[in-house]
Amino acid sequence: MGDHHHGPAKGLSRWLFATNHKDIGTMYLWFSFAMFLVGGAFAMIIRAELFQPGMQLIRPEFFNQMTTMHGLIMVFGAIMPAFVGLANWMIPMMIGAPDMALPRMNNWSFWILPPAFLLLLATMFMPGGGPAFGWTFYAPLSTTYAPPSVTFFIFGVHILGLSSIMGSINIVATVMNLRAPGMTYMKMPLFVWTWFITAYLLIAVMPVLAGAVTMMLMDIHFGTSFFSAAGGGDPVLFQHVFWFFGHPEVYIIILPAFGVVSQIIPAFARKPLFGYDSMVYATASIAFLSFIVWAHHMYTVGMPIAGELFFMYATMLIAVPTGVKVFNWITTMWRGAMTFETPMLFCIGFVVLFTIGGFTGLMLSIAPSDFQYHDSYFVVAHFHYVMVAGAVFSMTAAVYYWLPKWCGKMYNETMGKTHFWISFIGFNVTFFPQHFVGLAGMPRRIPDYALQFADFNMISSIGAFIYGASQLLFLYNVIATIVGGKPVSDEKVWEGAEGLEWTVPTPAPFHTFATPPQVR
Amino acid sequence: MATQETAAHEEYYVPEKSGMAVSATIGLVMSIFGAANVLNDMTFGEPGAESNSWTILIAGLFWFIGTLFVWFRSTIRENLAGMNSGQLKKSYVLGMFWFIFSEVMFFFAFFGALFYVRVLVGPWLAGEGEAGAMNHLLWGGFEFNWPMMQTPQEAVGGVAGQAIANNGEFTSPGTSMAFSEVSHWYHWLPLWNTIILLSSSVTVHIAHLGLLKGDRKQFNLWLGITVTLAIIFLYIQYVEYYEAYAHFGLTLNSGIYGSTFFMLTGFHGFHVAMGMTMLLIQLIRSLRHGHFTSDDHFGFEASSWYWHFVDVVWVGLFLFVYIL
Repeated sequence: MGDHHHGPAKGLSRWLFATNHKDIGTMYLWFSFAMFLVGGAFAMIIRAELFQPGMQLIRPEFFNQMTTMHGLIMVFGAIMPAFVGLANWMIPMMIGAPDMALPRMNNWSFWILPPAFLLLLATMFMPGGGPAFGWTFYAPLSTTYAPPSVTFFIFGVHILGLSSIMGSINIVATVMNLRAPGMTYMKMPLFVWTWFITAYLLIAVMPVLAGAVTMMLMDIHFGTSFFSAAGGGDPVLFQHVFWFFGHPEVYIIILPAFGVVSQIIPAFARKPLFGYDSMVYATASIAFLSFIVWAHHMYTVGMPIAGELFFMYATMLIAVPTGVKVFNWITTMWRGAMTFETPMLFCIGFVVLFTIGGFTGLMLSIAPSDFQYHDSYFVVAHFHYVMVAGAVFSMTAAVYYWLPKWCGKMYNETMGKTHFWISFIGFNVTFFPQHFVGLAGMPRRIPDYALQFADFNMISSIGAFIYGASQLLFLYNVIATIVGGKPVSDEKVWEGAEGLEWTVPTPAPFHTFATPPQVR
Repeated sequence: MATQETAAHEEYYVPEKSGMAVSATIGLVMSIFGAANVLNDMTFGEPGAESNSWTILIAGLFWFIGTLFVWFRSTIRENLAGMNSGQLKKSYVLGMFWFIFSEVMFFFAFFGALFYVRVLVGPWLAGEGEAGAMNHLLWGGFEFNWPMMQTPQEAVGGVAGQAIANNGEFTSPGTSMAFSEVSHWYHWLPLWNTIILLSSSVTVHIAHLGLLKGDRKQFNLWLGITVTLAIIFLYIQYVEYYEAYAHFGLTLNSGIYGSTFFMLTGFHGFHVAMGMTMLLIQLIRSLRHGHFTSDDHFGFEASSWYWHFVDVVWVGLFLFVYIL
C-alpha cells in the first residue's frame, strides 16, 4: 500500500492517469469551460444572423446546425460536466472523505467525454452536415430526414450517458459510504444533498435516453417502426421517451445549482441556512415530481384531455417546493450581516432571475395558454432564464467562491464584480426582450423573421455580444488568479463560510482527510 | 468490530495512477467509430465500396475487451493481496447495485414504448377517440389487434396507398410468437426458456449456498449447471429467431410488433450473454485459481445479482411480450 502522501505525478501522466478527485475535478471544470466557449461561439453566430431580418451571414441549414449544436453542447458539454467537476472537487472535502469511492472509474467517466464531443463536433464536417434537428432531436426529423452523421451523434449520446451514469454511481457510493464519522445524512452540506439526489435522477433517466437513441438507430438502419405510424409506431412516442429523460434532466441541471446557492448565501449573510430540513425535503420532492410531468413539453401533440390536465396540475405542484427554496434563501438573507462579494452577487442574481424563469415556467405549465406560447421565443426566454441565470450564474458563483481554496490565490474582486454586472446586464438585455417577441408570435429555431420583430432582435443580439464578451473577462480573471493572484493562507477564506472544506489548509493539499475528521 | 471499522477508515486505499481508463477510452472510441461507419456504409454507402470500418470496429472491440480484462485482473489481484478495506468492498457493492438499477431503467424505456403502443397508439391509429379522427384519411381499414398482424401500411395497400410520406416498408408478420399460434404447449419455445431461466436462478443460489458453507464442490457443480442452462437458453433463443425469420415472416421490418419483439428479447438475450460470460469467468476463477472464500466472493455475488436481474426481466417479457 505504501506511501499515502505521495504528491501529484509530473507531466501529462498526472492528468491522463489521474485517480485524484481534485485533479479529475479540475479536468472536468476546464473541459466544461472550453465547451462553454464553443457553445457560446455558436450562440454568437445565431445572434449575429438574427441581428437583422433576412439572411445575412449563414445559410438556413447551417443555422439549424448551430441551434442544435449550441443546445447539445451547452447542456451535455458545459453545464453537466461543470457540476460533475464541482462535485468531484467538493463532495469528498465536504463530507470528510479522502477521495471519491471509485477513483479509477472516476477517471474513465471524464476521459470518455472529450472524444465524444470531438465526434459530435466532427459531424459538422461530414457529408450532409451535422445534426440539424434541434437539441431535442424529435423523430422523424432525426430519423427519416436526418443526415448520415446522425449515427455518430447517436453513439456520441451513448457515450455521454455512460459517462454520466458512471459519474453518478461514483457520487452515490461516495456519499453513502465515505462520510466521516458523525456526518449523518441530515448534517450533510446542502450541495452534497442536491448532488446525491441529482445522481439518482441521472442513474434513472440516462438509460432511458440511451433507449430513445437506440430506437432511433434501429429505425434508421434496421427498418423498425418505433417512430413510424405506417408500421404501427408513433413519432410522438419519441417525444414521450425523450421527455421522460428530458424533464428530470432539467432538474439534473438545476439541483446542483440550488446546492451551490444554498452554500454561498449563508456564508455572505453570516447566518446559517434557513430551513435546512425543508430544503432537503423540497429537493427530494422536486426530484420525485420531475418524473411525472414530462408531457408538459408536448401539450400540443394531441394528447387526451385527461393527460393534459394531469400533466398541468402535476407541473404546477413543482412551484410549491421550488417556492420553499426561494423563500428559504430570502429568509437566510433577512437581517443577515450581508456583504456583496462576487459569489454573493451572482447568487442574488440567481435568486432574482431564476424566480423570473420559474414564473414564466408556471405560465407555460397552463395547458390552454401553452398552445399560444409553444415553440415560441417565450419558451427560449424561459429556459435561458433558468439555464443561464440559474445554472451558469450559480456555477460562476461557485468558481469565485471556491477558487481561493483550490489554488490558494485570491481573484481580483473589482474584476469579478465587473464581470457580474456586465453579465447581469448583458443577460437581461439578451433574454428579456425575447419574452415579448415570443408572446407576439415569433417562433423559435428560425434563421429569419417578420419585420415587426426587428428591433427587439437587434437589442437581443447586442445583449448577447455583451454577455459573451463578459465570459472572456471571467476566463482572464481566473487565469490571472491562478498565475499571479494575491496568495491567501487562511483556512477559512471567507469570514462566514462554514463546512469541512474550510478546515483544510489553503490551497487544499493534494490529499485531504487521510484520517477522517470527527463531525460533532 | 468498532475498532476494525475505524481502521478501515484510516487505511482507505487510493489507487496509484492508472492508465486503464485512457486505454479503455481508446478501445471504446475506436469501437463506436467503427460501428457507426459500418452502419452508415450499410445504409447510406454505395454497395460493394471498399471500407475498413469492420477492421476498426473489431480492433476497437479487441482493445476494449483486452483493457477490461487487464482492469478486472488487477482489481482481483489487489483484493487477493489484501489491499481492499471493508469500506472499499462496500463501495463496489453499491456500485454494482446502482449499475443494475440503471439497466432496469434501460429496459423500462422499451417496456414503456411497448405499453404506449399497445394501450394508446394502436387504438388511435385504428380510429378510436378524438386522436383517431383522421383514420379514414390516413389508415382507412386498419384494425388494431395485438399482436399486430397487419401494419397500417399494408392495411391501405402498401407504400403506394399511403397518404403520408414514405419512410420505409413495413411488412406484416405471417405468424406471431404468441401461445395461440402453436399446436402443442410443448412446441412453445418461450415456455421452455422460462423454465430454464427460472431454474438457473435457483441453481446459482444453490451454488452460492455451497460457497457460504465452504463446499467448493457444490459451488463448482451448481455454477457449472447454471452456465450450461444459460447456454441452452441462448441456443433456444437463437432457434426462435431463426424460426421467426425463416418460417414465421416475423422480422425487424414487421411493424411495431416485430420492432418491440426483437428489441426487447434481443436486448434481454444480449444481457443473458453478458451474465453468462460473467458467471463463466467466476467458474473459471474458482476451478483454475481456487478464488473465492465463504466471506469474500464479491465477483461471484455481483454476477449472481446480475443473473437474478436478467431473470426478473425475462418474467416481464414472458408476461407482456408472449402471453398478454
